[in-house]
Amino acid sequence: MKKKLTWLLALSLVLSMFLAACSGDKETADDTKKPADDPKVEEVEQVLNFINGDTIPSMDPSMATDEYGFQFLGTIMEGLYRLDENAKVAPGIATKHEVSADGKTWTFTLREDAKWSNGDPVTAHDFVYAWQRAVNPETGSEYGPYMMGGVIKNATAVNKGEVPVDQLGVKADGDYKLVVELENATAYFESLTTFGTFLPLNQKFVEEKGDAFATSADNLLANGPFKFESWESTSQKWTLIKNADYWDAATVKLEKMNYQVVKEAQTAVDLYEEGTVDRAGLSSDLVDQYATHEDYVVTPQTSVFYFKINQTKNKALANVNIRKAISRAFDKQALVDEILNNGSIVANGLVPRDFVPTPDGKDFREVSGDLVTFDVAEAQKFWEQGLKELGVDKLTVEFLGGDSDTSKMMDQYISNQLQKNLPGLTVTLKPVPFEQRLDLDTKMDYDVQFAGWGPDFLDPYTFLNLWLTDGGNNKMGYSNPEYDKLINETATTLATDNEARFANFLAAEKILFEDAAIAPVYQKATAQLVSPKVQGVFVNPFGATYEYKWSSVGATE
Amino acid sequence: MTRYILRRVWYMFITLFIIASASFFLMKMLPGSPLKADDKLTEEQKAIVLEKYGLNDPVPVQYVKYLGGLAQGDLGISFTFDSTPVTKILMDRIGPSAQLGAQALLIGSVLGILLGLVASIYRNSPIDYFATFFAVLGTSIPNFVFAGLLQYVFAVQLGWLPVALWGEFEHAILPTIALAISPLAVAARFTRTEMVEVLHSNYIITARAKGVAESGIIFKHGLRNALIPLITVMGPMAVGLMTGSMVIEQIFAIPGIGEQFVTSVVMNDYPTIMGTTLLFAFGFIGIILIIDLLYGLIDPRIRLAGGK
Repeated sequence: MKKKLTWLLALSLVLSMFLAACSGDKETADDTKKPADDPKVEEVEQVLNFINGDTIPSMDPSMATDEYGFQFLGTIMEGLYRLDENAKVAPGIATKHEVSADGKTWTFTLREDAKWSNGDPVTAHDFVYAWQRAVNPETGSEYGPYMMGGVIKNATAVNKGEVPVDQLGVKADGDYKLVVELENATAYFESLTTFGTFLPLNQKFVEEKGDAFATSADNLLANGPFKFESWESTSQKWTLIKNADYWDAATVKLEKMNYQVVKEAQTAVDLYEEGTVDRAGLSSDLVDQYATHEDYVVTPQTSVFYFKINQTKNKALANVNIRKAISRAFDKQALVDEILNNGSIVANGLVPRDFVPTPDGKDFREVSGDLVTFDVAEAQKFWEQGLKELGVDKLTVEFLGGDSDTSKMMDQYISNQLQKNLPGLTVTLKPVPFEQRLDLDTKMDYDVQFAGWGPDFLDPYTFLNLWLTDGGNNKMGYSNPEYDKLINETATTLATDNEARFANFLAAEKILFEDAAIAPVYQKATAQLVSPKVQGVFVNPFGATYEYKWSSVGATE
Repeated sequence: MTRYILRRVWYMFITLFIIASASFFLMKMLPGSPLKADDKLTEEQKAIVLEKYGLNDPVPVQYVKYLGGLAQGDLGISFTFDSTPVTKILMDRIGPSAQLGAQALLIGSVLGILLGLVASIYRNSPIDYFATFFAVLGTSIPNFVFAGLLQYVFAVQLGWLPVALWGEFEHAILPTIALAISPLAVAARFTRTEMVEVLHSNYIITARAKGVAESGIIFKHGLRNALIPLITVMGPMAVGLMTGSMVIEQIFAIPGIGEQFVTSVVMNDYPTIMGTTLLFAFGFIGIILIIDLLYGLIDPRIRLAGGK
């Protein structure tokens, strides 16, 4: 009896101790409040606290494939160039470059005062090593062959193992001259050099670290504006500090950036309101609540979403009038306003707005104009014409989409619109996880599929090459020899004539929508709460999402 | 007893082997591949990358290789976290989940037993009605609803506790309470039901007739017998709690293993999926063994087959 009472008492005691600790000393909790609560400190302390949507799976430039990898590679490292506020290339490790008359040989002059965080100089050999490593089949890089194949001479052949890695078209001419041979003249190569896959690597350090390279702060070298104070590949929080060894450290004002992984939008907003973080993303269900908040900011992005219409599985979709009808029969404005509700804008073409200017300085989208808009009357005209050509009065089309709540809601909305506006059309929805969608895409086992694309470099080619006949991303049976000719010319015969290239791009985009190959839906934007003290953070059109080199903490008063 | 335990451990390994094999082949049926730039690579480029991970081998060959690694305690390298061993991911992530789970289990079960006990003693009184109402509430409302409510009231509105994140002790308080609601409700419900039944048993009436003190009747004769069904239920629940609740971890931004498991499935990170599955299975089987041993301690009438 006594034993049992003692047992129960002991448990109660442990519990009460725990609960006592729970109602703990308030001072401890307050200690975690950041000094920024004090305005005087805030004026001088160059520290920002951010949220990251997930961990950083890889900080190895050859292996990175995701948004976060490229974001932090761009923060702690520097390639030949980096992007400035206007998405123009700003000096990086290279100070200038010369291009041969045929556009195929680029000679970069590197600065001699750039150092790695271990004190080693950054040299041309670091670029040669890194680029060779990215296409070496033994590395198993995904972005190496993707970004360099067809661009750097022999990249594809090296990746296939057909030629040795030293045959890759990149050579060091001494320590501070880098000579790059391209397969073809590549107008956008300058912008490619800012991308994570093209960053240099210190060979001695990488080989010394072996498998541990890039798995933690101690196993990384920085040559950019910041470096990790603490980070491991599985970390859910990490800190970046100013890199005193950076060649342009004098420009860098921020001393420290603290990151925490938070996946839940409501939690992120609560942390923002609590003052723990200086920026929080808003999911569409939170936008209404915070749209009038003084710190509410909408940032347009350069990802475009559209419906791919497969012309090979459902023969009705091989009919251009049916495709034209489908791409005009749903209200995109209502979709972005009511369902996405995050600042996203209607897309009436493929190349996004505010992405790339034409040679005469106008926005490409503006010049190309609205190529396919919501127009029920016109849609019904095409629809009737299409049904007549097919000799049927009703059709069933399957829509393949994502399985997130927003995706499902969006597909449901669009299918209702289409069924209402196109008499005789039945839409069946097939929401599946992302991996399964890719699988079905590869097998071309779908009718209509919701998909999207974000740019990999600063040129319309990044969007328009998707639809070349038998292109790796086409996977919908679209083929137009005229379109192919126009796009291929931009990478071959017209590669050095930017005016002619852009004329081709504009003509090709028109053909794409005359053929109603795809149905554009929207251009993405993100809605966030951003503290006014966060200053000078630029949003890049591709590569690292944010540029912090020129950022600072301002007073909020 | 020793022979029994050794035999159970042997069965445990057989079970783990079956689970590992079944999981492996089920996982191979998942659509897609672990490639992250799947939509950007040509088939040829994909094959080159898959070669590096040994994924071009026939599935039976991959299976044999995997078992070979497993036999040496090697769970492989994660496909998501570049060059990071799965064991490291599990070690990093199990800590917060196990801590939260253990705290929630302790608080939930102790308070639940006490609540159930009081309710059974004061049957059909307001205390009993309250306990029953609370138990129904706790079992029917999902813990993430409680989590959101706790976060809103105690962190956002009152500012007594941090909204989320992990590190200091106070970060663990709200998620622990949110997680404890369910075991508390279950423990209260079971304890009450069992105690009501036990307290009307003949041997209790006999004990009362013999003049045994009420506290002795309740604790020595009553609760001990009432705990057996509760332990049966609480065992698997303990595993569930300690292996992390994905939703709670997401709401409070806790670097736990539950959330990591879901991510690895979505990303087709085969080695991490396998490692996490085996860890969960090991925990589950281990707990079942402990429960079986506890039965014997609580009720001497339960004899272990083969136990001498």
